[in-house]
Amino acid sequence: MSVLKRREFLNLTTLAAGGAFLTTRLAFAGVGERKSRFVLVILRGALDGLAAVPPYGDPDYASLRREVALRAPGATGGVLPLNGFFGLHPSLGFLGQCYSARELIVLHAVASPYRERSHFDGQDVLENGSLRAHALQTGWLNRALVQLPGQVSREAGVALGQNVPLIMRGPAEVTSWSPSKMSALDEETLARITDLYAKDPLLSVRLADALAADAMVSAEEPAAMSAGEPRAPQAGTAAAVTPAGGPAQPYGARYTQIVTAAAGFLRQEQGPRVAVFDTTGWDTHANEGGAEGQLAGRLLALDKGLATLKQELGPAWADTAVLLVTEFGRTAAVNGTRGTDHGTGAAAFLLGGAVAGGRVIADWPGLSARALYQGRDVAATLDLRSVFKGILAEHLSVPPRTLEDSVFPDSAAAKPLRGLLRA
Amino acid sequence: MLEPATAAIAANRFGLGARPGELATIGAGGRDWLRAQLKAPPPLLGAADLRPSQQTLAQALQLRREIQAQRKAARVDPAAADAQLQKIGQFLRPIYISEATARLQQAVSTERPLLERLTQFWTNHFAVSVDKQLLAGLAGSFEREAIRPHVFGRFNELLLAVETHPAMLLYLDNQLSVGPDSAAARRIESRQVERKVGINENLAREILELHTLGVGGGYTQTDVTTFAQVITGWSIGGGQGRFAGGEPGKFLFRPELHEPGSKVVLNTRYPDSGFGQGVAVLNDLARHPSTAHFIALKLARHFIADEPPPAAVSRLAGAFTASEGDLPTVYRALIEAREAWLEPLAKYKTPSDYIISAYRGLGLPVEAGHGALVPFELLGQRTWQPGSPAGWPDKSADWDGASALMKRIEWADALGARLGSRLDALERAPQLLGANLSEATRTAVARASSAAQAVTLLLAAPEFMRR
Repeated sequence: MSVLKRREFLNLTTLAAGGAFLTTRLAFAGVGERKSRFVLVILRGALDGLAAVPPYGDPDYASLRREVALRAPGATGGVLPLNGFFGLHPSLGFLGQCYSARELIVLHAVASPYRERSHFDGQDVLENGSLRAHALQTGWLNRALVQLPGQVSREAGVALGQNVPLIMRGPAEVTSWSPSKMSALDEETLARITDLYAKDPLLSVRLADALAADAMVSAEEPAAMSAGEPRAPQAGTAAAVTPAGGPAQPYGARYTQIVTAAAGFLRQEQGPRVAVFDTTGWDTHANEGGAEGQLAGRLLALDKGLATLKQELGPAWADTAVLLVTEFGRTAAVNGTRGTDHGTGAAAFLLGGAVAGGRVIADWPGLSARALYQGRDVAATLDLRSVFKGILAEHLSVPPRTLEDSVFPDSAAAKPLRGLLRA
Repeated sequence: MLEPATAAIAANRFGLGARPGELATIGAGGRDWLRAQLKAPPPLLGAADLRPSQQTLAQALQLRREIQAQRKAARVDPAAADAQLQKIGQFLRPIYISEATARLQQAVSTERPLLERLTQFWTNHFAVSVDKQLLAGLAGSFEREAIRPHVFGRFNELLLAVETHPAMLLYLDNQLSVGPDSAAARRIESRQVERKVGINENLAREILELHTLGVGGGYTQTDVTTFAQVITGWSIGGGQGRFAGGEPGKFLFRPELHEPGSKVVLNTRYPDSGFGQGVAVLNDLARHPSTAHFIALKLARHFIADEPPPAAVSRLAGAFTASEGDLPTVYRALIEAREAWLEPLAKYKTPSDYIISAYRGLGLPVEAGHGALVPFELLGQRTWQPGSPAGWPDKSADWDGASALMKRIEWADALGARLGSRLDALERAPQLLGANLSEATRTAVARASSAAQAVTLLLAAPEFMRR
């Protein structure tokens, strides 16, 4: 749908409903305060923390990683320096710059409370915020948004994608948005569909959410939000989609669009404060590669996307924290097919202008045979919920009581990690 | 609650969406119509341009070998090498398109839609995903060869066909998995110190977690690792180096990669019988109570509700166990289940359901080539690309996002514009929705401002979004 037409439709609806539509869907408040923004990126499939953030200073690292071990800074294909012990994968150039600019905290040996090795249960625990998979049907980030003080938009958060991932499902009003290749509906048809959904509790809310998201998009400069995105129908043309079995570009244009759109929502003073999106393809069981290869290509795409995010956020970057997490780590040793299997302790990244960065936070357990969890994985020494709580408390000002009661039940042992954000 | 809409539910929930005239054919005998579909063996998809997996894979492997040989001979610079790798993609892409359009054509035209829905269910249960390059050329033939012939068979036959199919072995990386004490490993390690060979536990884990017992089904990390050793040697012919040999592109048990010795999986000891050791484990997994429950739960979730009544799940699991995994027996128990016939409609359509039901309901022709697949891409469910071995999710919350809804409406609008006055939506509405057609929808369609808009409203209706 064209941005303009949606806006016209909203105006039409506003008039028709006596002005109630816009005021309920997009209640503006708190204008004038600086708005802290939060982006959560889920890396689905279990990112290999020992490849993304190699502990090249650990005496056991090279022998465990054998042919995919990365070398010290300065060597050919060597890692980017962090603190003399850990490095960054050479594909992560933008993250390296953030670290130098003190806008990146690297976290290592982190994990959710989940200790088995199923991707799907692992992601469920990461997102539902409880101790067990499927124990809750809502996500911790949504439950935190319910109590967000100084909320400026009825839509507290936006998921970039067609659907809302578990972490953002729940009582708080959130929407989803993804670029469309199809053409506009006229406002009259939309009004009739709105009527048709009036008695359907699910579809009426979803349609209103979609229209609210489009209204926010239309409030933006159209050129920025739809950068490079064709609006004309593209059905049938080969260029419209990534070809199956085509060139190995894991994210490409679509990923850039998603990142750009996330920035577009967040930089608006009256838009949502929280954006979530996810990336896949981190499940590197075979031929993972080292400084170059499969994982290196994906990390490069991820890194470029984050650079785009910063660029598109513009001045809003200063008020932004971006957290990258994955469901668990991978085995410390390389397996029989030059990849790694499902593990435990993982790496995470917190970056942004609001982050008190330039440091690595890791109570490093070591990689000796004795130190490995169950003899195979990096042990976890920091509960990810501590990281989440620290960000929610200090960046989004979620009340401590809420954090303990509804956002992370049974999490008393995971104290909020303080000082992640600039004072 | 009564069952006032048996024809509409048979066609829309169990089938793939009513075609014009289908509800009249079904009449009051929804269950009979479904049971009749289980009688004849499943038709195997045969179009002239569909190739066996083995042929596709052998050719792709050959292409890969040639590219790597040229690279080794240093006759190509890296940019040219990338272009060569794209050749494999260019070879596979038309195969993917032919297979996916043939599948769509079958779904749109079949008079046994329950069979097609079940085929799609099992393909999704044993998911492979075309985001791994070679799978683009194999996902369709995998469904035709490993799934389709066994949809009316026993679960253990289906399981064995799947786990020995090259597509699954490749997708979950088992073809290169080497037993640490196998003959091959000992030979390699006597020569090399740098490269270590060993197992890859991906396939073994997903068989236990996703294909049979389910994640809470009672296995441990040790079971995963041991089972991975049991299926070392389950490989594919015509690879490179020590994986050469055998008929290219075909399943091959390689004894030299197989971890020797008896193994204990789930407290049962399996003597080393080579290939037979893994088959024995699979057969036991297939009749495990956790498997019966897991399959029953997934079927009930697909046909009854996102959170199906436990009593219905128990009955299905009971049918599975009592019949030793005879799948038609389980399907008949599902058709019997009164919980599957209740209103309001409990299942939100997936994008694929939505598209196929629109094709069937409107009588849209399936175009040749990539065009027919575009709706699946636009609406967010690309054929054979669930992106993970867990397959596509099967609950409303996974599909009912705001943006996803807008995509459906936009597509419905495009269809309305395309069909315009060539279709009378008011006449068509009761043929598609039967007793589920609401007064609100009928009125909206009747009062539409154009024939095109009437089609859009029919496809956007709440009862067309669900099944």
